[in-house]
Amino acid sequence: MFHHFGTNDFLFLVAAIRWTLALSAIAFIGGGIGGLVVALARTAPLAPLRLAATGYIQLFQGTPLLMQLFLVFFGANMFGGRIDPLIAAAIALTLNAAAFLGEIWRGCIEAIPRGQWEAATALGLRYPAAMRDIVLPQAARIAVAPTVGFLVLLVKSTSLASIIGFVEITRAGQIINNATFQPFLVFSVVAVLYFALCWPLSLLSRHLETRFGTVSR
Amino acid sequence: MSATTGAAGGEPIITLEGVSKRFGSFQALRNINLEVHRGERIVICGPSGSGKSTLIRCINQLEHHQQGRIVFDGREIGPHAHGLDQIRREIGMVFQSFNLFPHLTVLQNCTLAPMKVRSTARAEAEALARRYLERVRIPEQANKYPGQLSGGQQQRVAIARALCMNPKVMLFDEPTSALDPEMVKEVLETMIGLAEDGMTMLCVTHEMGFARSVAHRVIFMDAGEIVEQAPPETFFAHPKSERTRTFLGQILPHG
Ligand SMILES: Nc1ncnc2c1ncn2[C@@H]1O[C@H](COP(=O)(O)OP(=O)(O)O)[C@@H](O)[C@H]1O
Ligand SMILES: [Mg+2]
Repeated sequence: MFHHFGTNDFLFLVAAIRWTLALSAIAFIGGGIGGLVVALARTAPLAPLRLAATGYIQLFQGTPLLMQLFLVFFGANMFGGRIDPLIAAAIALTLNAAAFLGEIWRGCIEAIPRGQWEAATALGLRYPAAMRDIVLPQAARIAVAPTVGFLVLLVKSTSLASIIGFVEITRAGQIINNATFQPFLVFSVVAVLYFALCWPLSLLSRHLETRFGTVSR
Repeated sequence: MSATTGAAGGEPIITLEGVSKRFGSFQALRNINLEVHRGERIVICGPSGSGKSTLIRCINQLEHHQQGRIVFDGREIGPHAHGLDQIRREIGMVFQSFNLFPHLTVLQNCTLAPMKVRSTARAEAEALARRYLERVRIPEQANKYPGQLSGGQQQRVAIARALCMNPKVMLFDEPTSALDPEMVKEVLETMIGLAEDGMTMLCVTHEMGFARSVAHRVIFMDAGEIVEQAPPETFFAHPKSERTRTFLGQILPHG
């Protein structure tokens, strides 16, 4: 009933990469949009917005991603029939990424010297224009490297979606392992596939850090 | 050009009445009364921490005062003043640390505010910017980034950037203090040029040569108060207060 790990199994794992990538991309884009909102609220001149953003960040940084995943998946199943594991995973990862990216970007926004705000204000720019045209473009440069660094973490966290039955690389590995019972070999291949995805991103992050970290303009 | 006492008459463009400002429990400004007339040039000096920056930063409300009134060109200003950003557009400010926008070119630094807040068309804003860059004598640097310029050049760009909003008043907060000595002159010359064109100026500076040749009035501040004010020749020759004499003794060359 078991067969040996072969080319077809390998191709099955490789094919599952697209689901890992798809989930990563959705969470990254959704989390990016949400993260921008969180970062802007976190640095807003209005106290209630700051408070709400702080609460959101604390909530999602203070609980395990796996619990967030369970709550979305089983919570949705409880209230409204079945939810597709991809959708559940995408929602949970997006909410989680929004909290982490929001916190990273808050730091980048706050790193822009007060003199930049003052110069913009003295020229008559209102808060939204000063933020959009002066602060965010500078904050974005600082943010590039840590954001790509976070993307590496995000790609790896998609493996948790396997637990609610979403067939990305890790889940595909479990399926192949159930058929071959060669766990060491199978999960080594899975690990190598993750590495192949994440290593270039890590290199890119480090490259961007030297590129944007030092130049003054 | 020698200082003439008093500038053009008419009603003052800036009036401060009993203005006080605290940072927490620290009193940074105490009961400041000041009238600035159109075309008038005022130099503010005083020891570090005496409230000079706070005073001029209250005029464009980068700091908010707690007591008293500040009226700019007939409109009272305060933290909740209606159209505060409108008023700020009419007040140019030059900072000690330049505060140019490092991600924008020199030209973009100068065109940003006119385009964003005055909806000036790009071509017009650029023509205006080039004219002012010409006036501060660095037209050839228009496409460089601030980080590629010397301190003196950056400060001249900052002056041009403020001028592009066509302000009624220019505030200077120690514009030459962060500069190497050889660059102080080029910035002072730019400021003298502005003075000759009749710009209303409030300058916090310890450049007493500039004060002598350009100011209508020199104000000495200490501990958040205006201690003494007089036309430069009187101010330097016959300082009334002991505090002023002590201060001048410290900053003026002896003999
Ligand atoms: N944002 C601030 N918070 C607290 N204290 C401040 C702040 N800005 C200025 N001060 C204090 O107010 C006093 C006057 O400061 P400032 O106007 O900058 O003096 P000056 O420009 O004459 O050196 C100083 O003692 C300074 O420490
Ligand atoms: Mg100061």
